Amino acid sequence: MAFIPHTAADVEAMLATIGVSGIEQLFDEIPASLRVKSLAGVPVGLNEMQIGRLMSERARADGRPLCFIGAGAYEHHIPSAVWAITTRGEFYSAYTPYQAEASQGTLQLIYEYQSMIASLTGMDVSNASLYDGASAVAEASLMAVRANRKSKSLRILIPRAVNPTYRRVAIATAGNQGLRFEDVPYSVESGLTPLDSLEKYAGEDITAIVIQQPNFFGQLEDVDAITDWAHAHGIFVIAVVNPTSLALLRPPGEWGTTGKGADIVVGDGQPLGVPLSSGGPYFGFMTTRMEYVRQMPGRIVGRTVDLQGREGFTLTLQAREQHIRRAKATSNICTNQGLLVTAATIYMSLMGATGLERTAAASHARAKDLVAALSSVKGVRRAFTGPFFHEAVLLFDRPVAPILTSLAGRGVLGGFDLSELYPELGYALLVCATETKSLSDINSYVTALGDAMQSAVRAA
Amino acid sequence: MRAQERNHEKVIFEYSHPGRGATDQWPQELPAAATADLPQQLRRTRPPVLPEVSELETVRHFTRLSHLNFSIDTHFYPLGSCTMKYNPKACNQYAMLPEFLGRHPLAPESHGQGFLACMFELQEMLKEVTGMQAVALSPMAGAHGEFAGVAMIRAYHRSRGDLARNEIIVPEAAHGTNPATATMCGCVVREIPVNDEGDIDLEALTAAVGPNTAGIMLTNPSTLGVFERRIEEVARIVHTAGGLLYYDGANLNAILGKVRPGDMGFDVIHMNLHKTFSTPHGGGGPGAGAVGVSARLRPFLPLPIVGLEESSRYRWLTEKDLPQSIGRLSGFMGNAGVLLRAYIYMRMLGREGMSQVGEYATLNANYLLSRLKNAGFDAAYPSRRASHEFIITLKRQARELDVTAMDFAKRLLDHGFHAPTTYFPLLVPECLLIEPTETESKDILDAFVSAMIQIQQEAEQEPERVTSAPHTMPVRRLDDVRAAKQLDLRWKPTA
Repeated sequence: MAFIPHTAADVEAMLATIGVSGIEQLFDEIPASLRVKSLAGVPVGLNEMQIGRLMSERARADGRPLCFIGAGAYEHHIPSAVWAITTRGEFYSAYTPYQAEASQGTLQLIYEYQSMIASLTGMDVSNASLYDGASAVAEASLMAVRANRKSKSLRILIPRAVNPTYRRVAIATAGNQGLRFEDVPYSVESGLTPLDSLEKYAGEDITAIVIQQPNFFGQLEDVDAITDWAHAHGIFVIAVVNPTSLALLRPPGEWGTTGKGADIVVGDGQPLGVPLSSGGPYFGFMTTRMEYVRQMPGRIVGRTVDLQGREGFTLTLQAREQHIRRAKATSNICTNQGLLVTAATIYMSLMGATGLERTAAASHARAKDLVAALSSVKGVRRAFTGPFFHEAVLLFDRPVAPILTSLAGRGVLGGFDLSELYPELGYALLVCATETKSLSDINSYVTALGDAMQSAVRAA
Repeated sequence: MRAQERNHEKVIFEYSHPGRGATDQWPQELPAAATADLPQQLRRTRPPVLPEVSELETVRHFTRLSHLNFSIDTHFYPLGSCTMKYNPKACNQYAMLPEFLGRHPLAPESHGQGFLACMFELQEMLKEVTGMQAVALSPMAGAHGEFAGVAMIRAYHRSRGDLARNEIIVPEAAHGTNPATATMCGCVVREIPVNDEGDIDLEALTAAVGPNTAGIMLTNPSTLGVFERRIEEVARIVHTAGGLLYYDGANLNAILGKVRPGDMGFDVIHMNLHKTFSTPHGGGGPGAGAVGVSARLRPFLPLPIVGLEESSRYRWLTEKDLPQSIGRLSGFMGNAGVLLRAYIYMRMLGREGMSQVGEYATLNANYLLSRLKNAGFDAAYPSRRASHEFIITLKRQARELDVTAMDFAKRLLDHGFHAPTTYFPLLVPECLLIEPTETESKDILDAFVSAMIQIQQEAEQEPERVTSAPHTMPVRRLDDVRAAKQLDLRWKPTA
């Protein structure tokens, strides 16, 4: 019964204490005309055995296909310890750590998380998380407006080689405050954002530029050149990065040749021990330089001492937040993605720098194997030549959608069809492989693709 | 002293030994040639500072940290406005079936009919319990749902060419996210007062509305723990002035199955599924802030939404279906795993369970209020019924004994109870906002009252015992000023 423990005797005693004749009387302040007549649209309840059976059937309907899709969400090995600990009731069923003395576990964990993600990105400070990578780009753009005091324009450059969903979310989120997001084209030869596409903005008032590394196509941008160019023109650099790749690639804190690095770093933390789970819950991370910490949105944990001088942890710099500053807060964010940060912190502890580097290297190597194998199929070739991390774009000689449908029928999810978002590329497919894919998985894909290509209708 | 030492856990980096690691979790080491194609100038030169610890050390460290937390599974957690009810284990177990966890967000609909069916049915059930016409599930927290709601109100006015409407009216008792959200949507905030009985001051409201009014953001029952009795009049005043009504559904628990925001005249609502629908708070999230709307706001809903085709196949609705949508607020489908948990909870409760939630949450709150009043504590609104929560004010204790609401809150921790919400809402001095929820037994409520009585006696006889609390927690009160002035936000190696 709705997990309610009351016995009839309890209810009777409680009503007597309150001094009412029945539970109904407790609702006598609600106008009678507004009372609910029926909830017929909600089915009758199920017990745990019944719901277990229903959910298992639903899950089976979704199957467990072999997945080569990336495009912002990546399948990685997740050690059993990660979720065994994360789902402990003491983490899972705790609230936001407002009562610090009763929340030292969560608070210390967030402090450890902040330490790890700051080091991974090469920055000074981290917050306790944002919703996801997409919304983190929106928050970073709003933060850049506050922090880049030289700029008054609210103009943000966002290359087309950045995840297009991130751009859409940034517009939907920050557009209401007058921010304008301006596209920067990419080269269809290299899949990169060329410096000469930026030159026309030289001398204009631009607040920030978003740089994604690796970019949405999986290609590696010349981040040093773009960072130097931006800083030379008083433009903030918002780096969007994949945390796994940072075990191999230069952290944004070291981008550019002047030693200044990116100003704000964001990304989706999903690859760090968070399952794909149809898109969420994931978490967004954000790090920055110490000088901008008071412009940061979201919660931040600090280490301090108690009355007796013992070390302890607490939420700090709360004057930035909505519960203090109300309409003048840095953001309206309140609840964040704490439990996913718990998982990521345990994941990073288990992997360490060495394990994470091996994961990145294995993903890179597998992705190269995949691209080589698929490019050997007739009618398929690579779109761009430069280096990539664990995703790459393939061009087909015929429409991609029917091929993907055909592959799915064979239990293979072949990648993300780019033709709607990037029609100028032609029949383009974004594919991904990580350390979770074996050579035999790749062979299965190649075999299925051969069949699918034969059955697909050749484009006119 | 030994208890305190047991309560101290080193920062994980302090367990590190160079060369140690949870090696069973790592992929095999590859020859350097495997990454030789990555240009040298793009390569990392110094490894990140991450722990170097074994799997067992990691498990022990984080398990020990977990022991330093209060949680619903371990403690009564009567945190007002947060609805800390039991999170049924089935919701977690069946949301974490391997097929659900492994499903890529961009997997085709052919490999998602099970998941999409759950999402569609969740939309339908939320429509029914709120009395709204359509629901979107993607906002990822209460504040995110608020953002979607206010953005839809703005989009609605804009679509009608009604461009001057940029003011959002907010009662002064409102949660801080309400005004912060209005600002994020580019609106101006106008705060209006509430009267001595906790209802909105209708004169002030009438004076505040006008041709610039975009809408009003209301919580009902309000953050004062009472039902806004003249809600129909509020709706009429705002609608007559051309504004829309926004319902902050953070506090839906008390009215579940009893009264529906749609029937009260609201145009848009967000629901904190991590409160009323029992998904876990996770130490600060993830939440889920689904939004429901009346017919006139339906075209502006955020994407994606799940639709049902005549062929009884489920599919994602996109910009093609809703060209006036306010857009996308998340990378994919919001906090899908949280939504699955809420779905399982709602299916387990069913329609009878929904009504029982509202009834027993209200019973528990009124019982606890009565007992505390009988014990001599002052209710902030003594003439009113409690909804799912209520406010005790300790301003008398603060004045006479110099013992504050915060002192009571900290001393409650020593009694094994999480503190109620303190100093919110801001307009009630020295307040404790107490929400027991329906899943707590009478025994627990009685024990809480006993603790409050004991603390009151202590406050009279030995006040420093209360003002210096807590005494039994892993740490004593922390130096927040030092935390903000001498910022220590990450661990650094000492050498």
